[in-house]
Amino acid sequence: MSATPFPAGPIQHCQGRAVVVPGDDIDTDRIIPARYLKCVTFDGLAEGVFADDRRERAGDHPFDRAGNQGAAILVVNRNFGCGSSREHAPQALMRWGIRAVIGESFAEIFFGNCLALGIPCLSADHDTVLAVQAAVAAHPGALLQLDLEPPQVTLQADGEALAWPLELAAGPRRMLVSGEWNGTAQLVAHDAELRATTGRLPYLAGFATA
Amino acid sequence: MSAGTLYDKVWELHRVADLPGGATQLFIGLHLIHEVTSPQAFAALDDLGLSVRHPERTVATVDHIVPTTSQARPFADPLAEEMLATLEANCARHGITLHGLGSGRQGIVHVIAPELGLTQPGMTVACGDSHTSTHGAFGAIAFGIGTSQVRDVLASQSLAMGKLKVRRIRVEGTLQSGVYAKDLVLHVIRTLGVKGGVGYAYEFAGPAIEALSMEERMTLCNMAIEGGARCGYVNPDAITFAYLKGRPHAPAGEAWERAVAWWSALASGPDAVFDDEVVFDAATIAPTVTWGITPGQAIGVDEAVPTLEQTDSDERPIAEEAYRYMDLRPGVPIEGLPVDVCFIGSCTNGRLSDLRAAAAVARGRQVAAGIKAFVVPGSEQVAAAAEAEGLDAVFREAGFEWREPGCSMCLAMNPDRLEGRQISASSSNRNFKGRQGSASGRTLLMSPAMVAAAAVSGHVADVRRLIATPSSPEPAPTPA
Ligand code: SF4
Repeated sequence: MSATPFPAGPIQHCQGRAVVVPGDDIDTDRIIPARYLKCVTFDGLAEGVFADDRRERAGDHPFDRAGNQGAAILVVNRNFGCGSSREHAPQALMRWGIRAVIGESFAEIFFGNCLALGIPCLSADHDTVLAVQAAVAAHPGALLQLDLEPPQVTLQADGEALAWPLELAAGPRRMLVSGEWNGTAQLVAHDAELRATTGRLPYLAGFATA
Repeated sequence: MSAGTLYDKVWELHRVADLPGGATQLFIGLHLIHEVTSPQAFAALDDLGLSVRHPERTVATVDHIVPTTSQARPFADPLAEEMLATLEANCARHGITLHGLGSGRQGIVHVIAPELGLTQPGMTVACGDSHTSTHGAFGAIAFGIGTSQVRDVLASQSLAMGKLKVRRIRVEGTLQSGVYAKDLVLHVIRTLGVKGGVGYAYEFAGPAIEALSMEERMTLCNMAIEGGARCGYVNPDAITFAYLKGRPHAPAGEAWERAVAWWSALASGPDAVFDDEVVFDAATIAPTVTWGITPGQAIGVDEAVPTLEQTDSDERPIAEEAYRYMDLRPGVPIEGLPVDVCFIGSCTNGRLSDLRAAAAVARGRQVAAGIKAFVVPGSEQVAAAAEAEGLDAVFREAGFEWREPGCSMCLAMNPDRLEGRQISASSSNRNFKGRQGSASGRTLLMSPAMVAAAAVSGHVADVRRLIATPSSPEPAPTPA
């Protein structure tokens, strides 16, 4: 469904239209219902994104509205992505086309899973998020520009630019901006340090020596 | 900042390196995998041309997708069959132990690792499943991870992690009869909120916690994540050691003495500093039931569905959503609410003591007309132990179905699911919309004894009354 390539390399900006999914505590069961987890690859997950909510709303869900097709920036409210640790949730969002998320707060595991895919989750206080959501609603189809350094989002509409500051902790921000968000190679490289650590953990040798 | 807690000590022991992004590389002592979150991780490992760094530190089982009626292969569902076949192939190729169906050791990942003695105090435990917090019951630091992180652990036996703050949840007093660890943890989540623990590890401490059996501690830590805390733990003590002694992977002989000394030294010391502390009184906690669509929407069985006025303003939108979804009016007592399906099982409450507590209620009574009630042991070992003491017969005679081990109706990845707007009394851990397989299905979370009470009553019932009036002369079995 997504024409844009998946995130790769340093991520400093993200541009695109926004899709707003309002509501607090939207859990990963809602983002991708469990029946879609029956797969051995992530390839077909886009069709399951918000499947139950979309069916319930019979075509009126934000992810179904014609104007939102191709949107890249998801705007949510509080504690988005709580519940099950399934990485299928960010995978499904990414495969649908989402490249960044703005919200009041995110569940930790969801945030980490997004980071590992190169999808920044930026936060802002309640009023700011409401303002962004209202601006998106007032300017359908407007382009948003998301920057990570400093974290902010800008909406271009009617010849003027509305900007809001966002938050992203220094650690994840550095990882995204430097392109080191996919850190497997880094972890593997520390083999000598890993050996030093294993040397001080007696349980690894079954407490064989005092 | 916390200092001198078990969390701090285990963190320092497992620290490998500081990463440029500000995270810490943490060694993972025990990695558990299952069929749902591992196949993509193995595929990613292949893409990177990497092998499994410590195959002997990863242990696999199959739980989410297994049917609980017939476990004959191939499964009727070709997707489920493909997932298990993929896990088997990956484990064989990488030299990872798989406790498969019929091995005598298969079961829900969070049930089998403790019962095999794999989970031990002072370890770091990771698994691609949010209820990995269960293993914290042993004084391990255990947390759920996503599939990219499963790949990282396979590749490097380590993870990039940020350190959490530590909140001590001190529970004074004694739990009343008929009130279990499940009620306690639902009460904690109800009080602190489903987001209250975000950014924290929970240390459960105090006399009420020290009095809990290991299985009860597992129930408690299992649901730490439902309160937002990515891990929860209990300091290891004599109860922990007694549980572990003699288990297949526990140290033995002289190694046992060395292990106990090392484990004991890891407990939070008297000078430990916590980032926060909250105190509860166990004696005030009633059997607790969820009425809504988050585990925090819980009330005592003797209470009524809260009204909007009784709800914090920021919780009102989700309360209104819950009234609609659950079709419950504010102010209605929860006791007496009719249920359709009663499910006893899951990694929260699918262990032997859970089945004993439920059987004590079911014994000599009958499942009410029109109710489907079933019991799914958490593992093959739990099933065998329960059958050895005749619990399966108690349940069958009372009209419950006795099933094969697996995750079952905890989540909708196998044939066990709610239909339409059915409402379940469930000993599992999540009451999210659609969690049990029907997009409009409704879930009431409660203890296994309360589920049994609902099954024989036909509606939500206060188990304390059923325990007070035994239905048969036989003495109730002693809890573990
Ligand atoms: S029993 Fe439920 S919560 Fe536990 S591992 Fe299985 S699906 Fe997850």
